Amino acid sequence: MSLLLEVNKLDVHFGAHHAVRGLDFSIATGETLALVGESGCGKSSTALALMRLLPASARIQGQVLFEGQDLLALPQPALRALRGNAVSMIFQEPMTSLNPVLTIGQQIAEVLRLHQRQSAAAARQRAIELLDLVKLPEPRRRIDDYPHQLSGGQRQRVMIAMAVACRPRLLIADEPTTALDVTIQAQILELLDMLRREFDMALLLITHDLGVVGQWADRVAVMYGGEKLEQGRTEHIFTQPQHSYTRGLLGASLTLARELHYRQQRLMEVNASTDPLSGERSFILSHGKPAPVQTAQEQTHGQPLLQLLKLETHYPSEQGLVRAVDGVSFDIAAGETVGLVGESGCGKSTLGKTILRLIDPSAGQILFKGSDISRLGQRQLQPFRRQAQMIFQDPYASLNPRHSVADILEGALRVHGVSERNERERRARRIIDRVGLPATALQRFAHEFSGGQRQRIGIARALVLQPSLLICDEPVSALDVSVQAQILNLLVDLKQEFGLSYLFISHDLSVVRYIADRVLVMNAGKIVESGDHRSIWRNPVNPYTRSLIAAVPTSAFAASIGQQPPPPVREESLPFSFYRFAL
Amino acid sequence: MEPTTILNPPQPAISAKPPNPHNLRIHIAPPRIAPPAAPETTAPPAVQRRSHPVLRRYLRNPAAMTGTILLLLIVLMALMAPYLYPGDPLDMVAQPLLWPGQDAQYWLGTDSLGRDMLAGILHGARASLLIGLAAAAIGLSIGTLIGACAGYFGGRVDSALLRLMELFQATPSFLLMIVIISIVPPTIAVIALTIGITSWTTVARLVRAEFRSLKQRDFVLAARSLGYSDSRIIFIEILPNALPPIIVTTSVMIATAILMESALSFLGLGDPNRVSWGSLIGSGREMLRTAWYLTAIPGSAIIVAVLSLNLVGDGLNDALNPRLRSRSE
Repeated sequence: MSLLLEVNKLDVHFGAHHAVRGLDFSIATGETLALVGESGCGKSSTALALMRLLPASARIQGQVLFEGQDLLALPQPALRALRGNAVSMIFQEPMTSLNPVLTIGQQIAEVLRLHQRQSAAAARQRAIELLDLVKLPEPRRRIDDYPHQLSGGQRQRVMIAMAVACRPRLLIADEPTTALDVTIQAQILELLDMLRREFDMALLLITHDLGVVGQWADRVAVMYGGEKLEQGRTEHIFTQPQHSYTRGLLGASLTLARELHYRQQRLMEVNASTDPLSGERSFILSHGKPAPVQTAQEQTHGQPLLQLLKLETHYPSEQGLVRAVDGVSFDIAAGETVGLVGESGCGKSTLGKTILRLIDPSAGQILFKGSDISRLGQRQLQPFRRQAQMIFQDPYASLNPRHSVADILEGALRVHGVSERNERERRARRIIDRVGLPATALQRFAHEFSGGQRQRIGIARALVLQPSLLICDEPVSALDVSVQAQILNLLVDLKQEFGLSYLFISHDLSVVRYIADRVLVMNAGKIVESGDHRSIWRNPVNPYTRSLIAAVPTSAFAASIGQQPPPPVREESLPFSFYRFAL
Repeated sequence: MEPTTILNPPQPAISAKPPNPHNLRIHIAPPRIAPPAAPETTAPPAVQRRSHPVLRRYLRNPAAMTGTILLLLIVLMALMAPYLYPGDPLDMVAQPLLWPGQDAQYWLGTDSLGRDMLAGILHGARASLLIGLAAAAIGLSIGTLIGACAGYFGGRVDSALLRLMELFQATPSFLLMIVIISIVPPTIAVIALTIGITSWTTVARLVRAEFRSLKQRDFVLAARSLGYSDSRIIFIEILPNALPPIIVTTSVMIATAILMESALSFLGLGDPNRVSWGSLIGSGREMLRTAWYLTAIPGSAIIVAVLSLNLVGDGLNDALNPRLRSRSE
C-alpha cells in the first residue's frame, strides 16, 4: 500500500489557544485511520486544517503532503480543484450541510459539473447512479427531492454521494454518525466501508466513539489536548493500550460486550492533571469507592412508586394527530432503576415529560405512590413536584445563565416553603458537596463550569428537594466518555445514598446496559419489550429490540477482531413531523 | 481538591498488564470512602471572574464612548440649567434677534422676543430628556409586560395580545398623540404618557420573540418541574435572559421619544409653559430666512442628542452580543 497522506508537525493556533500541537500521522491508500479523542482535543481542527477550511484567524504550520503535494502551500485555485475532487469531506450535521433551497440532484450534479465538466444530462444520470450506490431507495424519483423531504440518515447518504461523486482518493469523515440513531449509524458506517473498498479510497474517520473505531478502523490515533498520545493498529490499541489515557478511556467507555453492571462494578474514571511547575501532564485512573454492595433485600413489596396505566400523549400536527405516547403502562418500584431505550422520535422524551406533568397526558393514569396525579392542577401538583425531578440532556441549556448556582438551588427551596435563609444555604451547601463540587461553586455562574460540572449542578438542582424519583433524560449523551463515567458513578452513589428511583431515558444501549435494573424498549410511542437487565440483552424477543442490539458497534474488546456485519435493517423514511419530537 | 495519589495497591486497570510508564506517570488511586471531589477533565479551575467582559468591550468601542460622552454632556447641561439660568427661560432679557457672538453676554444670541437662546437650550434639554426617559420607561413597561405574556403563554393569550399590538401599529401613532393631547391639557406627564402609549409595540414584539425562544430552553422546563409559578418564571427566570435586546432598544426609544416630543412642540402642541427644543424650532421657524440660527441651534441639539443615544445603543448591542459582530469568538 502506498502512502497517500502524510502530516508532519501540524500546528494550529487560534489566537493564544494552541489547538493542535505537532501532530504527525499518515494514511495509506485504501486504509481507514481513526482519529479519536474527546471534545476539544483538536481532532476536528485537524480535519479542517487538512482541507484548509479553518477560519482566517487560525494559524496553521507544518506540512500536509497529499500524494507528495503540500496542501498547506498550494495556491487557492489548485486547492479548490482538489477539494471535493481528490479529497472530500463529510460533516456531522446532515441537517445543515445540505442547501435547503436546491434539490439533492442539483447539489450532487453541481460537484460533477464543476470538477469533471460534465453536461447537465450526464451529471444528472451520474447523480442517480450515485444515489443508487449510497442505497437511497428509488433514486430516480428521489433525485428531485429537497433536503427537508429526507430523513437524517438519508441526508447523510446524500452527503456521502456528493463526497464520493468524483471518486476521491481520501475521504475525511468528521463525526459522520454522531447525530444519527444507532441503527442508521450502523448502515452509514457500513456504507462508508463498502465505498472505501470499492473505490480503493482512504478514510480518515474522526470520532469520539470507541465502539465505532473498534469495529471499522484499521489504525487508530488517540488525541488529547491537541497532541497525539498513541497510535497503532486497532487491535493493539484495544487489547494492549500503552498510554494511561487510552487505558482510562477504554476503561470508562461502555459497550454491550463488556457486560458491566453498576451493581457489580464502578466505571473507571480518568482525570487529567497538569503539574503547575513542570507543565507535565499526568492521567489518574481510579474507580473511586467500591461498587455498592447490594444487600439481598430487593423485595419490591407494597405498591410501586410510580405506576403508569395506558398513558397516552397526543400532539396535533399538520399530518393529523401524532400519538407520541401511545398506551404505555409500566411500574417503577422504590429504589429501582428502569432504563428506557429507543431511537429519536420514539416518544421516550415526551413520556418522561408527561410523567412529570410538564406535558399534559391525553388519556390514562399516572399513579404516584398510589394517587393519580394525571388530572391535578398546577397548585395541587406542588407536593408531587418535590418528590419527582428531572435531569436534562444538555448541560448548557438546562441552567439559567443569569443565575448563580446558589440562586438556582435556593430558589427551588424557597418555592417549596423553606423560608429560613440559613437553612436554605445549609441545604444548598450540602447538596453541592454531595455532587462533588467545592462550596465555592455556589457563588459562580453556569458559564464558568465545564460540561460535566454543569451536569453535576443540574443533578444538585434535582436533588435539593430530596425527591424519590428522578427522570434522567439522556443525562450523559452530551458528555465525553470520561465525564460520562464520572456522572454515571455519581448517579449510582446518589441512588444508594438517597434511596432514589431512576427512570433512565437514553438512546445509548451500552449506558442503559450498565445503569438499569430493568429495561423497557420503546418504538413509535409503544413499549415493545421489557425485561430484566440480563435477559433482555441475551434473549431479545421483539424484532425491533434485536435490530437495535445488532446495530450497536461491536468493538474489538472481545478477542475476535473479525466482526460480523450487522444484519441489514430497513431505514424507514419517516414523515417530517415525526422528527420534530426527536431529542 | 486534588485526589491523594498513592501508588499502591495497584488496582487492576482494564487490562491486567503492568502499568507502563510511557513517559507519563500513572497514579492509581486507592478505593476511598468519600467520593473524590472530581476535577473534570479539561476544566479550567479558576475562571477570571469579576472582569466584566461586556463593560470592557463597551469601553473599548470608540463610537460608543463618543456617544456616552456626548450624552453625559447633555445630561450635565440639563442638570446645570437651573443654576446657570435661575430665571424663567421664557423671560425677555435683551434686545431681540441678537446673532450668536454679537453680544458676549448672550453668546448664542436671542430670539425675536429677546429671550436668551442658551437658557432655552439648557432648559430645553431638561424637558427633552425628562420626556424621553419617562416615555421610554412607560413604553418599556407596557411593552415588556404584554410581550412577555404573549410569548410565554402562547395560544389564545398570544393571539389576543397580538391583535392588540396590531391595532396600535395600524393606527398612525402621531395622529393618535395629537388626538390625545387635544383632549387632555398638554403637561409634560401627559406628553410622556402619550408617547409611551404609542410606542410600546416595538418592545412588545421584541420581548415576545425572545420569550418564545427562551421558553423552549431546558432551564425553563426545569423551573416548571420545580413547581415555580408562571410569574416567577417570567420575571426571574426568563426576563433577565431577554434583557440585552431590551436594553439596546431602550436607547433608541429614548431617542424616538425626544424626536416625537420635538415634533409635537414644533406644531405648538407641547406644554406652553415649558421650553423644549421642539418649541424653540417652532418659534424660530418664521424667521428661517433672516435668522436661521434660531432653528439651526436647537436642531443641532436634537441631532446631537439622538445621535449620542443611537451610538450608545449600537455600542451596547455590540458589547452585549459580541458574536453578531465577530464570528471568530
